[in-house]
Amino acid sequence: MMISARAYGDNGKMKEHHYTGPVEHKFSPYAFNGGTVLAVAGEDFALVASDTRLSEGYSIHSRDSPKCYKLTDTTVIGCSGFHGDCLTLTKIIEARLKMYKHSNNKSMTSGAIAAMLSTILYGKRFFPYYVYNIIGGLDEEGRGAVYSFDPVGSYQRDTYKAGGSASAMLQPLLDNQIGFKNMENVEQLPLTLEKAVQLVKDVFISAAERDVYTGDALKICIITKEGIREEIVPLRKD
Amino acid sequence: MALQDVCGFLETLDDISPCTYLPNEMGYMWRTPFEFDGDSAFHFLFPPQQCSRKNRAPTLFSSTFSSLSPHQQPFQLSHGTTTLGFIFQDGVIAAADTRASCKGLICCPISQKIMPIHSHLVVNTSGSGADCMLWERILTREMRLYQLRHRKRLSVNGAAKLLSMMLHPFKGTDVCVAATLCGWDGEETQETLQSCMEIADVKEAVEQDSNVSAISDESAQGSVKMASINEQDEISKDTQALNPTVSNQNTKNALSTFGERSGPRVCYVCSDGLQLKGEIISVGSGSPYAYAVLDDGWRWGMTVDEAVALAREAVFRATHWDAYSGNNVDLFHITAHGWRRRDREDLKEEYYREREREKKKIKEREKERQKREGDELVEGEGDIYSVHCG
Repeated sequence: MMISARAYGDNGKMKEHHYTGPVEHKFSPYAFNGGTVLAVAGEDFALVASDTRLSEGYSIHSRDSPKCYKLTDTTVIGCSGFHGDCLTLTKIIEARLKMYKHSNNKSMTSGAIAAMLSTILYGKRFFPYYVYNIIGGLDEEGRGAVYSFDPVGSYQRDTYKAGGSASAMLQPLLDNQIGFKNMENVEQLPLTLEKAVQLVKDVFISAAERDVYTGDALKICIITKEGIREEIVPLRKD
Repeated sequence: MALQDVCGFLETLDDISPCTYLPNEMGYMWRTPFEFDGDSAFHFLFPPQQCSRKNRAPTLFSSTFSSLSPHQQPFQLSHGTTTLGFIFQDGVIAAADTRASCKGLICCPISQKIMPIHSHLVVNTSGSGADCMLWERILTREMRLYQLRHRKRLSVNGAAKLLSMMLHPFKGTDVCVAATLCGWDGEETQETLQSCMEIADVKEAVEQDSNVSAISDESAQGSVKMASINEQDEISKDTQALNPTVSNQNTKNALSTFGERSGPRVCYVCSDGLQLKGEIISVGSGSPYAYAVLDDGWRWGMTVDEAVALAREAVFRATHWDAYSGNNVDLFHITAHGWRRRDREDLKEEYYREREREKKKIKEREKERQKREGDELVEGEGDIYSVHCG
């Protein structure tokens, strides 16, 4: 899940790179472009953060390719996985948002966008979009909402979620710091915006240390009722 | 969503393209749940090399999808779970764990596997997460349409048949849905409830032994349920004989809804096409452990508390032994009045509580043993004491 599927053989071990006989190469429509996305929901805010590295195999294609896309004034989506599918999927979502706006004379709410994305993804159940999506935004009551998806459209509302190549490293840390899991006798204070932003920065710095596909820069989109604010923080470039 | 379909309201560009309405045998325009040439909510897109197949005339039972060879997907979908459902005299209990795993990683520790469809039907899902979620939505839509068209709720068996038919075209593909439909059939009038209770009381008092044999038969064959329905028939005849005026009316009400009995029902539907009816159904990687606990403790005449405790215990044991099940327990109780949800319970604490209870028991046993040994010593020594006591 973290490294390209082609690097692993059938028995789960890394494939050895020496001559084993004639090998048939088949065109694969998928590629893995790396990247990590993270979203956190607070009382009256939501954060969506992603790194900006675009890689493939051993190379880096770009150091400035953020994975957060603004959908409406109250919703941002983070897509990581195969960049080609990310671009097409965001185009389709934006087109559907426009159609909705023109038919119903109002913007789609975060919950509605999440439900719509679920049906868009499931429509390609037999040739899926290789994208891990996380939507962050404000719900109708102004509270923060995070919706996390799997590549075929299963989704649910969460308080925090990490997706992408370093997700397995970040999620346990978030469970502990935001969810207070496995902590005894600790005072569970609600998360403030400043603390959440600082936590996200720390967490990405740690991810960049240990995951080769995460790094270069971090872009945080902060969604509050005033609108969407962006912050860019440099990360390791090696 | 359902109302929009019934009104034929065209919203997006998708709906304007010509749609195919297939008439069924009643000459009635029943819109098939999905048309392959795509205008309903689910037109499935195929990978390029399969284009030629799209031009074949779509039928409800065509297996266009099974010949699709999916591209090597670089990700795994979520599987692995424990869900269970059983009926008893006071309704249906549906319970499940909340862990969604994905090939070794827990994608979500708090997923919801039991989803209500309408006020009297709840579905336990297991298999691939996305498939279950989306097919449950399709089922909800179709059941709502049925209810609007026929002014009657579809029974649990009917819902199972509907879901099975909808999944049939996908047999052979990697759609993986194993759903247990748990619900209460029939009108929820006071009389129905009363008659069911009457039937249940008599049944409990008299038919305990035959029930036990019915269960063991069922577990052997895996599908028999007719035994209990026949018993119900006999008993209703008995009660009619005893109280002709009152019960007659009651049982008539109980036997309404298209000639089906009302009462608790549990049905299993699988994307392979398997459909089972029964009294106890458990699905998933943790189901063998759950069955062991359920078979031991299940009786038709259980009280609600006993049934809830049994379900909880079964899921707890399954989560203890199965790696792919865990985290919390969700529990729903469905009666003639509808479903009620019990608070989600974290099982991590339960394990430690049980350890504490065991420790306490061991300590008590130690104390007793010491006391006994102490008494024996005392009796052995002092003849004075024995004279006194004697």
